Amino acid sequence: MASGNSVMCLLADPEGKPFGNPLYLPQNVGPSELNILVNNLQNNDEKFPYAFYVNDKELLGQLGAYLLENNVSVEQVLKIVCQPQAVFRVRPVTRCSATITGHTEAVLSVSFSPDGQHLASGSGDTTVRFWDLNTQTPLHTCKGHKNWVLCISWSPDGKQLVSGDKDGHISLWDPNDGKANGSPMNGHKKWITSLSWEPSHLQTPSRRFASASKDGDVRIWDSMLRKCVMCLTGHTLAVTCVKWSGEGLIYSSSQDCTIKVWETSQGKLIRELKGHGHWVNTLALSTEYVLRTGPYDYRTYQFSSSDEMKEAALTRYNAAKRDSPERLVSGSDDFTMFLWEPSINKHPKARMTGHQQLVNHVYFSPDGRWIASASFDKSVKLWNGSTGEFVATFRGHVGPVYQISWSADSRLLLSGSKDSTLKIWDMRTRKLREDLPGHADEVFSVDWSPDGKKVASGGKDRVLKLWMA
Amino acid sequence: MAAFFSFSPFSNIYTFVSLFFLRILQPQGDHIELHRKRHGYRPDYFERKRKKDAREVHKRSAFAQKALGIKGKMFARKRYAEKAVMKKTLAMHSEKTKRRKVEDNVQEGAVPAYLLDRDETTRAKVLSNTIKQKRKEKAGKWEVPLPKVRPIAEDEMFRVIRSGKRKTKQWKRMVTKATFVGPGFTRKPPKYERFIRPSGLRFTKAHVTHPELKCTLNLEIIGVKKNPNGPMYTSLGVMTKGTVIEVNVSELGLVTPAGKVVWGKYAQVTNNPENDGCINAVLLV
Repeated sequence: MASGNSVMCLLADPEGKPFGNPLYLPQNVGPSELNILVNNLQNNDEKFPYAFYVNDKELLGQLGAYLLENNVSVEQVLKIVCQPQAVFRVRPVTRCSATITGHTEAVLSVSFSPDGQHLASGSGDTTVRFWDLNTQTPLHTCKGHKNWVLCISWSPDGKQLVSGDKDGHISLWDPNDGKANGSPMNGHKKWITSLSWEPSHLQTPSRRFASASKDGDVRIWDSMLRKCVMCLTGHTLAVTCVKWSGEGLIYSSSQDCTIKVWETSQGKLIRELKGHGHWVNTLALSTEYVLRTGPYDYRTYQFSSSDEMKEAALTRYNAAKRDSPERLVSGSDDFTMFLWEPSINKHPKARMTGHQQLVNHVYFSPDGRWIASASFDKSVKLWNGSTGEFVATFRGHVGPVYQISWSADSRLLLSGSKDSTLKIWDMRTRKLREDLPGHADEVFSVDWSPDGKKVASGGKDRVLKLWMA
Repeated sequence: MAAFFSFSPFSNIYTFVSLFFLRILQPQGDHIELHRKRHGYRPDYFERKRKKDAREVHKRSAFAQKALGIKGKMFARKRYAEKAVMKKTLAMHSEKTKRRKVEDNVQEGAVPAYLLDRDETTRAKVLSNTIKQKRKEKAGKWEVPLPKVRPIAEDEMFRVIRSGKRKTKQWKRMVTKATFVGPGFTRKPPKYERFIRPSGLRFTKAHVTHPELKCTLNLEIIGVKKNPNGPMYTSLGVMTKGTVIEVNVSELGLVTPAGKVVWGKYAQVTNNPENDGCINAVLLV
């Protein structure tokens, strides 16, 4: 193609709003030139990298080559969507740097603290253990539960860890010395399925958290008063997942095929989202990663006061939310997922079908662009985060995929499966990037640290593995 | 011994020992019940019965102390069994009053919350070291469930087929046991084929049992590894009891520690396929 020809292009942001008027661009323009152009148009102080998509296909080479391949007419205006990408890059982990024993029963959940400084794990031997990331050895062993520790959750300010067990008791732990903040809190009658803290931009230091249980209630607890302040009943069967959204609402999914939306000041039911045909297993919010990491991002780990933390958390939350309402995706045993905008509408925005077995875990990418879903049909599927359209399938596992985790820059996706391997998938090439074998038995839980340096995984073989680049 | 035989249950003194005999001595017919229904009990029946039962204890203890020899030993054994049962019931009744350590209800086999309401078949642990397996393969030695099998004679394995115009030539043999021929198998020209493997006795699938999972799957056979009766039978693909075969286990979704997917494993045949019409094998893990 002659490089003198030019194309009329309209640059738009991911929601569809154009950056200005259509421009004539020469055909030998590639992504790097477009990057400079968009940064200038936006008057960005820091140069953000962008990824460019024409008709949902990523533009990797020159414009001219793309036009030639796809026979696009130069008479029409070409709409190019510019997605801002994270400035920092996370390197994929390749090797297992440490295999730490310590638990005497299967490791059921693993979680990094929001600032990436601490690692905690809960296990079937009724203990919660803290691990030192610098020396890769056990740090504290916290005894207090009388049955399997099923879920753990860090508060968004990183100061407390809450754990729930199979008897329905909840304990709070201090990560610095491994001591419990008082005796276990009772209230639930059956096991705890999920825990979720109030976001730090609504309250710092973090006080309240919600717990979901098999007995069908969601309880809101206050960690400072150490008691249950509200009990949200309504579900008729077990509540499988609870999420506290940044808008101050609580979403709970249950085995009775519904999702209920609650408000937190009085504990009233606002909306009920119906549509699934079988148990709803998992929920994910578009801003979930930001809510989990609170005020911390890859630059700052220290804050001088709680007001500063609250402000930082608020700016991060607004940047991630970007004027559109929060989206919720739910995965179910009926092999489908629904995309909702629960604060606006009680009807789903999109239905995502394609899996051939139940969907066990869904997760929005940290920038909210993609939705990844792990299913028992041994595949991981990628969907568009705003419209719910199917994008790609990742096949490679030979057993049901249990849990997934995104890297902090949304470029890599990690999945852990029953076949004892972890796999890292690349978002750009949409293919397998790294295969991480090494576990001797099923992998129950995986987590990528928010600073992107380490991956932790635990499973039935009772060891905790740390992986590094 | 004759003293113990007494047909009247009331005057049977040593009722405890002769419980066994009493069963033989039960009244034939229901005349006792009929009499009781018609005429009722004696006026002092219940009191006499109560007092007699109270005396039994002393009589029993007197017998225990006096009995000698085999009689004494038999009684002592029976008495000991009774004593053990009595002690247990007493312990059970006094459980409420005793103080006890809180029992842990922690079960084995911890699973995360998302697997709790689902029954999953328990998976066997991941395979043994592949290097050890390779070494064993080289040595040709295997730890197999059936280490010894009945040796099979050649005339049992083969049947002589007469050929030729006058049916005098006897150099052809037909295999009478189950065989496995690969998917790309083509017969040799009939004039030159010495061993005939009839298609009715050819099998492609085996019912393989996993010894730990206790489940049986219908898996395809990849090949015959070793027949204990001889290398000739191995090369012919004959499967008799005790033969080690290789089966396709990609259904199980097993992965080696290095991360590779396992699709073939060895199994040993446990039945006589020519008698049953199917091949049952147990997986060698």
